[in-house]
Amino acid sequence: MRRQLLRRGAVLLVVVPLAVLAASSTGSGATRSTSAVSGSISFDGVWTGAEASAFGGVIKAYNKLYPKVKVNYKPVGDNLPTVVSTAVAGGNPPDMADIAQPGLVAQFVKKGALKPITYSRKVLLANFSPAWIALGTFSHKIYGLVFKASNKSTVWYNVPAFKAAGVKAPATWTQFTKNAGTIKSSGVPPYSIGGADGWTLTDLFENIYLRQAGPAKYALLTLHKIKWTDASVTSALNTMAQVIGDSANMAGGTSGAVQTDFPTSVNNVWESPPKAAIVLEGDFVPGVATVKSKPGTGYAEFPFPSINNSPASVEIGGDTIVAFRDNPAIESFVKFLGTPAAAAAWAAKGGFATGNKHMSTSVYPDATTRATAGAIAKAKYVAFDMSDQQPASFGATVGQGEWGLFQDFLRNPKDVKSIQSKLESAAAAAWKSGK
Amino acid sequence: MSAGNVAVEPPLEAASPPEMGQGRSRYLTGTFFLLPAFIMLGVWIVYPTVYTIIRSFFGLNGFNKFVGIDNYKTLFTTPTLTTAIKNNLIWVAVVPAVVTAIGLVFAVLTERVRWSVAFKTAVFLPMAISAFATGVTWRIMYVQDPNLGAVNALGRAVVEVVKQPGSLTTALPSTSTVTGSASTGMTLQTPLKPGSVALIGLTGIATDEVPAGAVQAVDPKPEPGHIVGTVWRDFKPGGGVPGKVEQGELGLPGVTVQLRNSDNHVVKTAATGDNGVYDFGVVTPGTYKAGISAGTFAKPWAGFAWLGTKLITPALIIAYMWIWAGFAMVVIAAGLSSMPRDVLEAARTDGASEWQVFRKVTVPLLAPVLSVVFITMIINVLKVFDLVITLAPGSSQNAASVIALAMWRTSFGGINDFGTGSAIAVFLFVLVVPVLLLNVKRFRREV
Repeated sequence: MRRQLLRRGAVLLVVVPLAVLAASSTGSGATRSTSAVSGSISFDGVWTGAEASAFGGVIKAYNKLYPKVKVNYKPVGDNLPTVVSTAVAGGNPPDMADIAQPGLVAQFVKKGALKPITYSRKVLLANFSPAWIALGTFSHKIYGLVFKASNKSTVWYNVPAFKAAGVKAPATWTQFTKNAGTIKSSGVPPYSIGGADGWTLTDLFENIYLRQAGPAKYALLTLHKIKWTDASVTSALNTMAQVIGDSANMAGGTSGAVQTDFPTSVNNVWESPPKAAIVLEGDFVPGVATVKSKPGTGYAEFPFPSINNSPASVEIGGDTIVAFRDNPAIESFVKFLGTPAAAAAWAAKGGFATGNKHMSTSVYPDATTRATAGAIAKAKYVAFDMSDQQPASFGATVGQGEWGLFQDFLRNPKDVKSIQSKLESAAAAAWKSGK
Repeated sequence: MSAGNVAVEPPLEAASPPEMGQGRSRYLTGTFFLLPAFIMLGVWIVYPTVYTIIRSFFGLNGFNKFVGIDNYKTLFTTPTLTTAIKNNLIWVAVVPAVVTAIGLVFAVLTERVRWSVAFKTAVFLPMAISAFATGVTWRIMYVQDPNLGAVNALGRAVVEVVKQPGSLTTALPSTSTVTGSASTGMTLQTPLKPGSVALIGLTGIATDEVPAGAVQAVDPKPEPGHIVGTVWRDFKPGGGVPGKVEQGELGLPGVTVQLRNSDNHVVKTAATGDNGVYDFGVVTPGTYKAGISAGTFAKPWAGFAWLGTKLITPALIIAYMWIWAGFAMVVIAAGLSSMPRDVLEAARTDGASEWQVFRKVTVPLLAPVLSVVFITMIINVLKVFDLVITLAPGSSQNAASVIALAMWRTSFGGINDFGTGSAIAVFLFVLVVPVLLLNVKRFRREV
């Protein structure tokens, strides 16, 4: 810890005189306000490997404007919650971090570990829709910026199977289920369900719930402010049963679906001839497929259909940028990350989506990403994955809580009432213990 | 097992010295040499054990809250945890005995085959594969679809000797005038008279499942005295009009259609042509129905759901025995080779049959070796973990759970309840202790 402090001090010592020199030599001008800012920022992030180097590109773009600030990005990886929590507990957090768990951000806000980024309000309002700003707002203050997002409201399908059935990508749920009937008649099971991984089922439920019950109820259910026995949950489960209720609708039938893991469920749709026509999961689906298929002619994507005229809605996963300290260098970097230029610096390299509505979608490297990533900036309703915000025993444990109970629901989709009461008692226990 | 190592350390007092000074230095030397072992044991065994036992009486968050035996109550009242205990009992009841038996049989038999080294190597090979890799491999082999899972592919090969699947395994009626299902066969409910046309539309047939040679379906012309009809894939892109033969819909050739009279007896059969048309020929006046027998729709064998909740524990046990049979065989074979041959010969000379020799001579003489294998297997089985977590899919892990897995899932699998996790660990420890004591006792006897 001490060594880190020393290093940071050393950088400051080097940078400050340089800045003074630079300011005196170049004199005044447009660059003065930016080049006057100097310092160094320690930044702990979940991004490693290719993602870390892509973020390096973002830092480079930032340094073009602010050459006197050094951003020391440390690729911590998936252990970030432990590493940063420990650092916060020890009183020496990094200057900034990006956090994939919205629940952890909320926890840090509660502890008073984070500094609000209210100074970036103007930039954010100019570039993001209110729904996006709300994702980083806690107790009426902006603390975070969801810089990198993934779209979990996408549906992937086998193009030849759709052609053979004579159906087109649907926009509404009614059309979607009608298509499924037609696809079934054509001899291909419409859905491939990766039921061995419980989270694929919670994602499906959450997408339905966000559209059918609306974002307000979604937020309440997320925080367990309404019960899982609520009527809105009943109707969402009934809607979900339209997909998983008929064994003949799924590749391998009900018993096959329960044993199918997520990668297999993707391959089922990628194969030729396909084992199923549709797989319902996020924008990361093509990256999981191990069967070769071409975008456009082999597989394609459409947004999760609207239910009862719900407006464009997306469920996202995302990495939130937060600041543990306050100084001009950090301020300038946070503001920069809110600009289209920052998003574009990564977007061109792929594997990235932003809610920034002023970044042109033409920056994305391919047509598929343009569609999936473009949809999230345009959406009216944006919501974080609900199960990711639950206590772990309810939202993220194999065979337990939501994962286990939604698998039970897949096994027996008629039993809505009993699943609801089981979900409620599991949720109540988890929220009570906080684990 | 480390406890066994402690017990066989030579007792210190054995070196009791005559002179005081010399004794002290010897004592010091002894302590000095024992120190590294004691430190290792203390750091890696004693401290974690004591810590875990104390931790098991506290709640979720560190040592903040003393909860008494609540964690142990949780252990015996939570369904997922009691299932784990129950499963472990099944494992202990089945695996050590069966593995020892298989090992014994293999060891005795390999003594008599020519390629015994090759055979032994093959049986022992799974021991060289990590349990993790074994789990992943068997998970693939256990996949339910016989086209993918090796185990069910074998099953299908056997089943299909007896029962061939039909030609239209996925077909469904296209309209409500055709009733029935794949298991009962399908019947056109419209009453037929000589001169009628019987259209039997089917859907749910993928284009690549349409029998070879199929061409555009044809609406048959009624012929006086005949009953004619068409069996066709009543589907074109978009769905088409159900019940109507349309452009772009294929006939289903080679389907046997039955004509049944009012007593539901089959009076005539006819096969469809490439365009799906069939003709029963001249029919005596009366009312009939046309239908297709269940054999046409007989589904291929679907395979056992090895990875489902009901079969997962047997599936795991089979894979586990595949790993450990080799170990048992090698240890027992070693015991066998050091066995005095003359005893066997004597028994044979006295007129004992091979079975009698095996039961009355070989097995009793091998008893010490068999008990080593058996006890080792009990300990191994009590702590089984890696195979279960890799082989059982997430949806079956509750059903497949064993104590060690339950401990890991409770402590690190998202809930991070170290209190209950520690209680499970202590419980597992208590289960292992009697077996360990048995082992220690046996070691002592051998020393």
